[in-house]
Amino acid sequence: MATELTVLPTQNLEAFKGVKKLPVEEYFTSGHRTCQGCESALVMKLMAKAAGPRTVILGSTGCMYVANTTYYSTSWVVPWMHTQLGSSGSAAVGTAAGLKALMRKNRIKQEPINVIAFCGDGGGADMGLSSISAALTYPEYNFLILMYDNESYANTDIQLSSMTPYGANTTFSPPGKARRILHKRWKKNMAGMLAAGHPECRYVATVDASYALEMMNRIRKALTIGGPTFIHSLDPCPKGWDYDPIQSHDLGELAVETGVWPLFEIEDGVLKFYGKSKSIAQGRKRKPVREYLLRQGRFAHFTDEDIDYFQKKIDLMWDRWLIPGAVCIEMGDDIRKQLTRAEQEVAAAEAKQ
Amino acid sequence: MSVSTKAAPAADQEMLISGCAAIAQALRLSDIDVVTAYPIRPYDTVMQAVAKLISNGEMDAEYIVAASEHDQFEIVKHASAVGARVFCGSSGVGWMYAMEAIAVTPALRLPMVALVGNRALDDPGAFGCEHNDALCVRDLGWMLTWVDTAQEALDTALIAYRVAEDRRIFLPCAIGADGAFLTHSEVLVKVPNKEKVDQFLPKYDRGDKMLHPDNPITIAPQVNEDWVMEIRKQNDEAMRRARGVIQEAYRDFHKIFGRQGGNPFVESYMAEDADVILFGQGTLSLPVKVGVRKLREQGHKVGFVRLRWLRPFPTPEVQETLSRAKAVGVIDRDYSFGSPNHGAVLYNEVRSALYDLPKRPHVISFVCGLGGREVTLDSVTEMSEILLKVAKTGKVEQPNYWIGVRG
Ligand SMILES: Cc1ncc(C[n+]2csc(CCOP(=O)(O)OP(=O)(O)O)c2C)c(N)n1
Ligand code: SF4
Repeated sequence: MATELTVLPTQNLEAFKGVKKLPVEEYFTSGHRTCQGCESALVMKLMAKAAGPRTVILGSTGCMYVANTTYYSTSWVVPWMHTQLGSSGSAAVGTAAGLKALMRKNRIKQEPINVIAFCGDGGGADMGLSSISAALTYPEYNFLILMYDNESYANTDIQLSSMTPYGANTTFSPPGKARRILHKRWKKNMAGMLAAGHPECRYVATVDASYALEMMNRIRKALTIGGPTFIHSLDPCPKGWDYDPIQSHDLGELAVETGVWPLFEIEDGVLKFYGKSKSIAQGRKRKPVREYLLRQGRFAHFTDEDIDYFQKKIDLMWDRWLIPGAVCIEMGDDIRKQLTRAEQEVAAAEAKQ
Repeated sequence: MSVSTKAAPAADQEMLISGCAAIAQALRLSDIDVVTAYPIRPYDTVMQAVAKLISNGEMDAEYIVAASEHDQFEIVKHASAVGARVFCGSSGVGWMYAMEAIAVTPALRLPMVALVGNRALDDPGAFGCEHNDALCVRDLGWMLTWVDTAQEALDTALIAYRVAEDRRIFLPCAIGADGAFLTHSEVLVKVPNKEKVDQFLPKYDRGDKMLHPDNPITIAPQVNEDWVMEIRKQNDEAMRRARGVIQEAYRDFHKIFGRQGGNPFVESYMAEDADVILFGQGTLSLPVKVGVRKLREQGHKVGFVRLRWLRPFPTPEVQETLSRAKAVGVIDRDYSFGSPNHGAVLYNEVRSALYDLPKRPHVISFVCGLGGREVTLDSVTEMSEILLKVAKTGKVEQPNYWIGVRG
């Protein structure tokens, strides 16, 4: 029987130390047809650059498929394959398993190959949730699933997904005379949910392409740590969010500065905020969400009342959640009491020493 | 005295196993690389057998218990794209749940081999055999074959890999196996040795279509309306070529293993001189053959033709074996609601295949054995009598009959 390789080694992708140290090579280049100012396309570019040439990328149906791989003008320099809308998890598992079997049987060269499957928020948080969740339970395969979140089913003409913010105007939730707000659901905590539910998943992070270097380094960390990993990026989408494309970068920053999009990473079960979210967690004042919301046409129908409601929810997330942006559970009184008692006991024991 | 160091090839081993376990043996012998499992009766017995082979170290494959049939088929689809030999399958509604992944596989030209342990579609909840599940891929570009015995199941699985992975074809292949009647019944099966299988089945080589950093291709780009016609046409050309490649594969199989010598596409039983012929696929051949023998003893010229490959459809063989009869009764373990003549799927296929003949037999549709209902000797007699009457009078009173339905 062939040599047993339970877990393949991963590439050791060290963090890029500064923008000036970035390699010039691109693995996602020209030829795509995304909208001007499309942050998701930028995410693809940064993701491919971070991963490097020994990589296989799989993409589920959505803008990043339809607009990026037009026949004859594919923008992918690394091998790329389409997967079904809800299949990013399965695509990652299948590709990693196939490569592993062939390496184990010495049919292809043994080497660490990055496997990355990406999906949009519709494909990932709705239809593909089960497939991603299953994928994150296979410790024997190395891959990253990246969910690029433009907060709508963008490719099919901006329909709401379970990642669309409360109240947003989409083609499935247009404000009307009788009902100003048709979409009253609050966004799920994908990264937190996946981290909490998958003990074998060693790395989960949220990223934002406005902070490009940090984002790329998180991708490198996920690929290096190995096993199944997950990254969730928030991507301003000029078409769906309805703003001038020149503002994409600003909106990405504002999402973080207003506290709407907390940046964190969970490595081997340990959670850390990073970037501006770290200082927010440490007490830095958040910008009002009004600044973020009113720069986007999709919230143009919001009244002050709606904005206040949104602000209240964000405040709640930062002030009351167990982990802002990740775990929306508050501690009950008995647990809080238990914890205080335990803390008191520790303090008493320490005092005795 | 010279001593030969070459070990004599081990003889076939005879094992008392079910149809599903026989397929598992074929998978072991084919050295598959990635296999996925998800429970649904009756197909899942093949995965139970595979799991046992893996846990005993008799088979070296990535064995993945998936979270759904959709996941199962997507996982192997992608593993096949990087060059791995793969297997998976399902039954009834499970096969339907995977349909999206199943539908895209032929266009990707991935030679996945899958088992459909045929099962009625829920609702009403039923575990019994019906062919409508597998028949859903009839028009999707999959090759589709039906097996009758556990031996045929094992042999066909080996042949399926050989044909599907042939570079001239690169199409997925589904093997239909009647739920319970074949999947679960144990019989003696000749399990060949690995050397013979290696002689018959080369390693899967995806060549320049392999997805790998050394071969950075883009698979399944968006073609919109510009190229769909061409892609479908190529799929069709591969399907047309499959006929010859299947014949080649059976020829070689016969040479190496000494079995599967007859016509690969149809099995003809007492049909050469028959006035009336029953036609069908799968395990109903057993009661039909017994019935035909009995009727022959009574002097009736009845015969039976069993279809072995539905896609590619063996038009010449079907024409040839059926054209001499006066009446043909197509027994379907499936139904096509509202179809021409309110017939079933095979019936309409056969009628279409015979249409161009200068002299055509009458063709009657018999819907029989749905949901796993037994096809009895009485049913066979009833159907034969209807056909004999048509042959005698030259008149078709009714184009279709439901056989064995309670009043
Ligand atoms: C099973 C299935 N249902 C629906 C569609 C139609 N469809 C194509 S792209 C798309 C949008 C996907 O949205 P998302 O995953 O958020 O990616 P985005 O378009 O925003 O990039 C949909 C619904 C499909 N391709 N497959
Ligand atoms: S619709 Fe949005 S996500 Fe899609 S290409 Fe345009 S900007 Fe990008």
